[in-house]
Amino acid sequence: MPTVNVVRDRLFADLGRTYTQEEFEELCFSFGIELDDVTTDEAISRKERHEEEKANENEDIVYKIEVPANRYDLLCLEGLAQALRIFNKQDETPTYSVANISKESMHKMRVKPETSSIRPYIVCAVLRDITFDEASYNSFIDLQDKLHQNICRRRTLVAIGTHDLDTLQGPFTYEALPPQDINFIPLKQVKKYRADELMEFYRENDLKLKKFLHIIEKSPLFPVIYDSNRTVLSLPPIINGAHSAITLKTKNVFIECTATDLTKAKIVLNTMVTTFSAYCKKKFEVEPVEVIYSDGKSYIYPDLSAYNMEVPLSYITGSIGVSLKADEVTSLLNRMQLKAEQSVLGADQCNINVTVPPTRSDVLHPCDVMEDVAIAYGYNSIPKRRLPSLKPLALNQLEDLIRVEVAMNGFTEVLTWILCSYRENFSMLNKKDDGSTAVIVGNPRSSDFEAVRTSLMPGALKIVGHNKDHPKPIKIFEVGDVVHLDESKDVGAANRRLLAALYCGTNSGFELIHSLVDRVMEVMGTPFVPVGDNSGYYIQCSDAPEFLQGRQASIIYKGKRIGIFGIVHPEVLSNFDVPDPCSFLELDIQSFL
Amino acid sequence: MAEEAILGYLENHEEISDSGEFAAARGIDHAEIVNVIKSLHGFRFVDAQDIKRETWVLTEEGKKYAAEGSPEVQLFLAVPAEGSISKDELQKKINPGIFKIGCAQAGKNKWVEMGKNISRKVQHVEDQVKDLLLRIQDDKAIGKDDINSLKARKLIVLQTWKGYSVRKGPNYAPKRKKPATDLTRENLQRGDWKELEFKEYNFSAKGPPPECGHLHPLNKVKDRLKDIFRQLNFEEMPTNRYVESSFWNFDALFQPQQHPARDSHDTFFLQVPSTTRQLPEDYVELVKQVHESGGYGSRGYAYEWKRDEANKNLLRTHTTAISSRMLYALAQHAKEQAFTPKRYFSIDRVFRNEAVDRTHLAEFHQIEGLVCDRGLTLSHLIGILEDFFSRLGMSKLRFKPAYNPYTEPSMEIFSYHEGFGKWVEIGNSGMFRPEMLRPMGFPEDVSVIAWGLSLERPTMILYGIDNIRDLFGHKVDLTLMKKNPLCLIGIR
Repeated sequence: MPTVNVVRDRLFADLGRTYTQEEFEELCFSFGIELDDVTTDEAISRKERHEEEKANENEDIVYKIEVPANRYDLLCLEGLAQALRIFNKQDETPTYSVANISKESMHKMRVKPETSSIRPYIVCAVLRDITFDEASYNSFIDLQDKLHQNICRRRTLVAIGTHDLDTLQGPFTYEALPPQDINFIPLKQVKKYRADELMEFYRENDLKLKKFLHIIEKSPLFPVIYDSNRTVLSLPPIINGAHSAITLKTKNVFIECTATDLTKAKIVLNTMVTTFSAYCKKKFEVEPVEVIYSDGKSYIYPDLSAYNMEVPLSYITGSIGVSLKADEVTSLLNRMQLKAEQSVLGADQCNINVTVPPTRSDVLHPCDVMEDVAIAYGYNSIPKRRLPSLKPLALNQLEDLIRVEVAMNGFTEVLTWILCSYRENFSMLNKKDDGSTAVIVGNPRSSDFEAVRTSLMPGALKIVGHNKDHPKPIKIFEVGDVVHLDESKDVGAANRRLLAALYCGTNSGFELIHSLVDRVMEVMGTPFVPVGDNSGYYIQCSDAPEFLQGRQASIIYKGKRIGIFGIVHPEVLSNFDVPDPCSFLELDIQSFL
Repeated sequence: MAEEAILGYLENHEEISDSGEFAAARGIDHAEIVNVIKSLHGFRFVDAQDIKRETWVLTEEGKKYAAEGSPEVQLFLAVPAEGSISKDELQKKINPGIFKIGCAQAGKNKWVEMGKNISRKVQHVEDQVKDLLLRIQDDKAIGKDDINSLKARKLIVLQTWKGYSVRKGPNYAPKRKKPATDLTRENLQRGDWKELEFKEYNFSAKGPPPECGHLHPLNKVKDRLKDIFRQLNFEEMPTNRYVESSFWNFDALFQPQQHPARDSHDTFFLQVPSTTRQLPEDYVELVKQVHESGGYGSRGYAYEWKRDEANKNLLRTHTTAISSRMLYALAQHAKEQAFTPKRYFSIDRVFRNEAVDRTHLAEFHQIEGLVCDRGLTLSHLIGILEDFFSRLGMSKLRFKPAYNPYTEPSMEIFSYHEGFGKWVEIGNSGMFRPEMLRPMGFPEDVSVIAWGLSLERPTMILYGIDNIRDLFGHKVDLTLMKKNPLCLIGIR
């Protein structure tokens, strides 16, 4: 995206008010440009010279503003300020006109047929009775530079030459000659150069111009513009002649754009003349120039005619998703420099007639108009409409992620039954039933289905008991629900999702289960913190009957006890017919949500 | 060195006839030569023939006598040439072991006169034993009787000597490169990897088993099914609620209170918590009415609906209990705001008070899908079933009329199983009855199509498991759990 540097205070003067940086950023944001950097010209040049001097307090603040790549009208302060003024409803879009002068009194540019082999097009215009000050003069030069860099594709497509008309004598000719035959004093030089020598000179001595030499250097003929006295105006796209150089005092500016792309040449010319005609005595009026080709065809430039577009209101509102009346749309469009009025076609159809000014070459299709309505309406004022989508089930998704993580730690997943015997849930775990935890089945067909588990431990131990011959160590895990009595629920009970992991080997494997706890916490992004700190998790000794005393601990997460791990109590092991030591972890993963 | 000697010798000679002689001639330890021969033979550089030789070698005792003379001679020499020496005196002159054997042998040889005093019988003796021992030590032959007598005195033993005769083998080369088994960091640092010849891998054996974790096959299939449901824009229902009231499990589904499924031998009813505390009363009233006297165009079941029955808690017998809650909430939303079409699914545990056998457990996983929308038809149901099951690899479907208290029409889903060569039932489906949907508050034009199946059955078919207890529960074989492959349904 191109960046335009503007002096802040001049911009604010043009905008008729000052802004805080935040306010200005807000304005930029809503218009679709961006305040990229705040600096000073001096700071920029210091940076270019890699110097680290201190800033002078008197330096002018410069805003570097990023503008969209298709908005050539915003490439200088004048265009930018005007667009923002109109957007702020401080100004109306100007009507640009071509001065009404007779064909005879028009300046003429005759195009020689040889130019077709190297740079076939030229368009011209005159800014009459202009008054520059230093700032506008610099801006005039800068705009050419920006255009050259952007739409002109580094002068390959279009090159601009501006001249002090009063130093020249029309009619002009656009020719293509062998370089040896072209001889003139180029801009910023004092002596005459032959064009081929000039190319060599620039190749050696001018870093900036060097980059453009390739556009013509291989051609046997170089494009060149003369006035009737054979004064060289320019050697496009390289350099202008010194003779016709413009100055602060120049009153009448002759602009020529030579090109390989006629459409872009017209846009460039229009951008130059519309922007700077504001400084002419007859504001927004441009004097035309007739371009006459060797086949006799002639064209008058600039073409400042507006492009008219008829856009159905329903297309605009339908695409944006906001219902707007025709007059709302037209006033929104006016803020975007598009003159618009409604035309009613019948009871249920209304069109907006849009007049696209020559400054808005970016408007190609009704969708561009629609976009401008949306920008002026404010993207952030548009109501949000959600497309149908699926809601994820957080708990199940978390479970799936944790399951994979635990399996990656080398544990094998098991799925055990939710129902168990009453003894398995209590006495075999050394626990007493206080009647307030477990759901009890009223009509079990066998003792296997007496209670709904409140722990995943019985299932895990039963697996180990049934797999005595399996090579040790056994590392298994399960993520599953237990059910607790819960007075607050309609049915009086509620599920909780737990992660359980068990290690069984020739030794207890306590450290391994401990490291799994740390790993689960790590993947949950939970830091290990000192005891009492509620910002992460810590481990504290516990005293649960199903574990061996002094070999067990609670997991405290954000101040809440969410799990326990330890060496399974030998009596419990024996109850479940497990001959080898086991360590076991049980963790409430629902607590992470 | 041994290897070079063998390979080098065979370059110019037909045979190494005796590895022992070969080793001795070159001053190489025979054991080393043997190892090299075995290794070369293994790689067929040489062909080796076993040679066995039995030789007599001296025992420790024999060696001692060979060096010091036989005990009898030692004794004889200790006896003075003239006169006699007392036994005690003589005993002091030689050590007791020698004395004892010496006395016995010298006496037997009649060299000395034994008695209280000992005197010589002959004046001159030859140490034949020592000579014989020395001859054996030098690998010289001695007579059979001598052998026997030395053997009897445990001075010599027979030793079997093993060696080889060696000829060139089919892979013979004057120099052997030892094949490398692996590429090492040292190989890279030295740069000698270019010269390495690798020992061939034995690919007829499997690699060592990896140390890793494993996911349960039921969950693998579940993951794929969840993915398929999401592909079809189905949203997962929160089914983490095992305890349910009879109301949501049965009554809301227009399942009459006398229905056999509500018998205690099919359903786990709860002792604690025995009843539900709270039901949406307005809705309960509408459900009661539709059961008792109908409405919405229905005659109802015409019986006295009992609140107590509805309040009874149970372990849900199907996830449709959750579906009824979800649909009720959706209908309330439709009444308050606007009707939103929904597609729901769930895969979770359900409970049946049944006897456990090869194909039945008291717990299993139910897969359920439902679509709630306007203008749904039986044709949509068949279409979505076709879409769903073909993603599971079951594209040949047909549908059998069936009875289900809360769906009408109801269809059992059959798929042609190529392996079994027959049609097998794979699920149940239907359109929910208006008597279920209308009391919830749905507008008349909203219908619900739904289907269900178990997770265990397709998993068993997929993984070739014929006893459900091998798949699910604590009697599983962990080795089987570790060996199950990926679930590729919906992928190929």
